[in-house]
Amino acid sequence: MTAFSNAVAIVGVGETDYSRASGRTELALSLQAIRAALDDAGIEPREVDGLMKWWVDTSTEAEVAANLGIRDLAWWGEVNQAGNVGAPLVAHAAAAIHAGLAKVVVIYRGVNGRSGRRYGRGDVTGQGGRSGGAFTEPHGLLTPQHGLAMVARRRMHETGITSRHFGMQAVAQRRHANRNPRATFYDRTLSLEEHQASRLIVDPFHLFDCCLETDGGGALVLASADRARELGRPIVLIRAAAQSGPGVGSPAARGAKRLFDMARIGRGDVDVIQIYDHFGPFVLFALEDYGFVDDAASLVDEGGTDFDSDRLPVNTAGGHLSEAYLQGINHLIEATRQVRGESTAQVSNVRFSFCDTGIGTGSVILERGES
Amino acid sequence: MSEWRFERPPELPLPQPTEEAQPFFEALKERRLVVQCCTDCGALQHPPRAMCGSCQSMTFHWEEMSGKGCVYSYVVTHQAVHPALVGYTPLATVEVALAEGPHVTSNLVDVPPEAVTIGTPVEVVFDEVAAGVVLPLFRRISN
Repeated sequence: MTAFSNAVAIVGVGETDYSRASGRTELALSLQAIRAALDDAGIEPREVDGLMKWWVDTSTEAEVAANLGIRDLAWWGEVNQAGNVGAPLVAHAAAAIHAGLAKVVVIYRGVNGRSGRRYGRGDVTGQGGRSGGAFTEPHGLLTPQHGLAMVARRRMHETGITSRHFGMQAVAQRRHANRNPRATFYDRTLSLEEHQASRLIVDPFHLFDCCLETDGGGALVLASADRARELGRPIVLIRAAAQSGPGVGSPAARGAKRLFDMARIGRGDVDVIQIYDHFGPFVLFALEDYGFVDDAASLVDEGGTDFDSDRLPVNTAGGHLSEAYLQGINHLIEATRQVRGESTAQVSNVRFSFCDTGIGTGSVILERGES
Repeated sequence: MSEWRFERPPELPLPQPTEEAQPFFEALKERRLVVQCCTDCGALQHPPRAMCGSCQSMTFHWEEMSGKGCVYSYVVTHQAVHPALVGYTPLATVEVALAEGPHVTSNLVDVPPEAVTIGTPVEVVFDEVAAGVVLPLFRRISN
């Protein structure tokens, strides 16, 4: 086994309700999610000795530690970039546990993404013409969706993939959300025709290609595989984790090599997939860049990402498009539930569960462990 | 048929360049499109950086571009996701691949949003959008 492969486990997952107006602080959302995850694990808050968070998260480790009554915080930290650092946090936490720097690490995310700062608004996340924005914002590129739409349009030109294919993936995820009572769109169906008729936000992105805006929180609890076996819950081992930053070529392709080398399995061994869908088209691009398929358009055309397709089930809780936009922590929670057999769109007999949390920035493979 | 002309939303942010990006915008005032060029290895890079990504030199000069290129990609904003865009959608923004290699973000002055296509050959025009602020825009040229 290489590095921490199968030496560390996700022993607890938890989330708050997902809403448009939580009426709570972001700190309260994180604490509520952490308590749910610790209850799920069967671990007392004061046993936690490690805390990690998204760099953009507003709740400091010190505040969280004080609220949890932690007596001795041995390890904490953040990964900087944007929403796309969930799997990198898992990699950091697993490495810390494997190195003996901490025993029980909680990773948390709490955000009022609808009632508070709205990431899709150029007057919220824009740079006011400063820094790199000096070259783009004067011309109308103001938000994350603008830059990503530019990439998507070029990829459509190069590969022939179309908005209808993007719609097919959005419909597959909505179908998954319709089985998930936690999902924002639990009780609203979506057809391909409705996707195509939905208004354009930034062409080529239609409304239903864009992630939700969500108030909510989520948390994961990590501990050693040995500790996991004492807890009496289904065991979810971290088989592999990888980060992938700036470099030459696709981050997903570079990260995939590290990930699958560490996991020592092939793409075909993966049973279920979660992929960061700030914008749905990127799910299909990532399926190609990670090497799962050569042609994602054909895959969705044949319904191959549906949870019951026996092919490549993707975003089985609904994802950011239809469950909630919690910057990847809901994908990590769903990836864990699939291994436990607790998903609302459960894939049969899952051994290996893949999760990307940023179109290459980071990814993990989870494995069902023996008790 | 009246000719379509680009109308830039006047409240869009104006460039507030960092010190190392200043020469790009200073040259625009002289109606020149320049790109940072490594004096040691000749690599062009845009936007400019403190160090050459190819050879790690920190010595640069500014190379004038031909101003010719083609549309590499584009987006069309339909929802006013910024107050400056209210009343100015649809708005097309293009990524132009310059003949010399670097890519710049811009707008086309003579192609309406619904007619923008990848591969269209273009050349730079200079537009003084505010007192002392010139931006590089592009117009369609024949092949």
